[in-house]
Amino acid sequence: MKKFVLLAMAFSFAFSLSAKEWKKIRIGTEGAYPPFNFVDKDGKLVGLEIDFAKALCAELKVTCTFHAQDWDGIIPALLAKKYDVIIASLSITDDRKKTIEFSMPYYTTPNRFVVHKTSPCGLGTEPNGLTTKTIGVQKATVSENFIVENYKKSGIKSYVTIEEAFLDLKAKRVDLVFNDALSSSNGFLNTPAGKDFNFIGKEYTDPKWFGIGIGAGVRKSDKDLKKLLDKGIKALYSNGKFKKIADSYFPNTDIMISKK
Amino acid sequence: MNFSIVIDNIPLLLDGLWVTLHLISLSLVLGFMLALPLALIRHFKVPVANQLIWGFTYFFRSTPLILQIYLIYYGTGQFSWIRDSWMWVILEKAYLCGLIAFTLNTAAYTTEIFRNALDTMRKNEIEAAIAFGMSTWKAYTRIVIPNSLRRSIPPYSNEVIFLLHSSSIASAITITELTGAARYLYSKYYDPFTPFLAVSLVYLVIVFLLTYIFKLLERRFLSYLSINHESTKKLGDFGNP
Repeated sequence: MKKFVLLAMAFSFAFSLSAKEWKKIRIGTEGAYPPFNFVDKDGKLVGLEIDFAKALCAELKVTCTFHAQDWDGIIPALLAKKYDVIIASLSITDDRKKTIEFSMPYYTTPNRFVVHKTSPCGLGTEPNGLTTKTIGVQKATVSENFIVENYKKSGIKSYVTIEEAFLDLKAKRVDLVFNDALSSSNGFLNTPAGKDFNFIGKEYTDPKWFGIGIGAGVRKSDKDLKKLLDKGIKALYSNGKFKKIADSYFPNTDIMISKK
Repeated sequence: MNFSIVIDNIPLLLDGLWVTLHLISLSLVLGFMLALPLALIRHFKVPVANQLIWGFTYFFRSTPLILQIYLIYYGTGQFSWIRDSWMWVILEKAYLCGLIAFTLNTAAYTTEIFRNALDTMRKNEIEAAIAFGMSTWKAYTRIVIPNSLRRSIPPYSNEVIFLLHSSSIASAITITELTGAARYLYSKYYDPFTPFLAVSLVYLVIVFLLTYIFKLLERRFLSYLSINHESTKKLGDFGNP
């Protein structure tokens, strides 16, 4: 019996060793967060993060597959091993770090409010000025946490995707949408649908709420994968490939993580 | 498995339960009131109206409920002429959009349930009513409609339970009902198992109560169709198909 147990342990050890060589990585993304990750008119996943993930996989010489997953289940599905990495504009926060491991950050953007150009938000965007307003956010995001905790007197509506929040901003069911500024400008404000809308108020970047940037999420048990991804991200930063991808989407805005 | 997630968030889940219960009961009442006249129009094949109602029930029974909800909520918000009209007072509210979608959906199914019961009314009962000298109106209000409603109880109980389950998609348009509350906990604590299991138990209890109520109703209103009923024993097979 003892021998059998030892044998079984040896086998499982050998198996876990071989499993740690990452040859195939399954990447989970949302596919509804333009321009970072979204589905184009042919039904394919595209966007800055898809390009980034492909470059990362090429850099690490691994084969990657992409899996689209609704946002509110994006971490649970990782934990359920539906895929191995989340590359979906996931902010690195202390709250999430309790559950998953993050790679080093690969980009960062501020959060901002979007309103209709004629909307009389004369009182600014501080909580006291918005008590009579309804704010739209995306479910299970840092923006939602920030609004739910700090704008308790305002009306709050949480949407499954950010696109639906903008639909309701257009339909005037919400007065403001609070979201990642680049996602808002590229997914809405710079499109024909968003021509009557603009940003209001300051850029929100407090790490307490919004984290230190966007990172790739992995399971806590996959520390080796985190190291591998860090290596890849560093390489893409130093050989300029990440900058090239970022510039192709945001020629006028710097989303790179600055070196400290 | 961490039941403190559920226990810490009892108020949120109770709020969700409350939304589910009044959304569904209101839809059922309104849908029922709508379905009865529509079923009669279908039964009597009133020209034009019959075809229109057929189109209505066909649409709502052959498209997914989630699409109907999206059409009513996000769809109507696309048109400025709707947003500028009186309709927007209603359509602006997510709750009322959900109520409209669920009411129309259950009305469509219930119409067809009642119509089927009316159409399959046994001829000899109508003949008996006419033999008693009842007018068509009297025969319908006293015999045909009550009898059809009684025979609709079993399929209608299914419809009620289906609608209860369908209500779980109301969170797609920002209504936080019971399943929506569980989804919130799921994404907040990254634990799908505990919240979903907990609300499953709540649905089980609701369905258990509903089934019990419908059992009582069947015993009260349908016992005359049971093979053990004394009237059918005397009649032999005469009254039953």
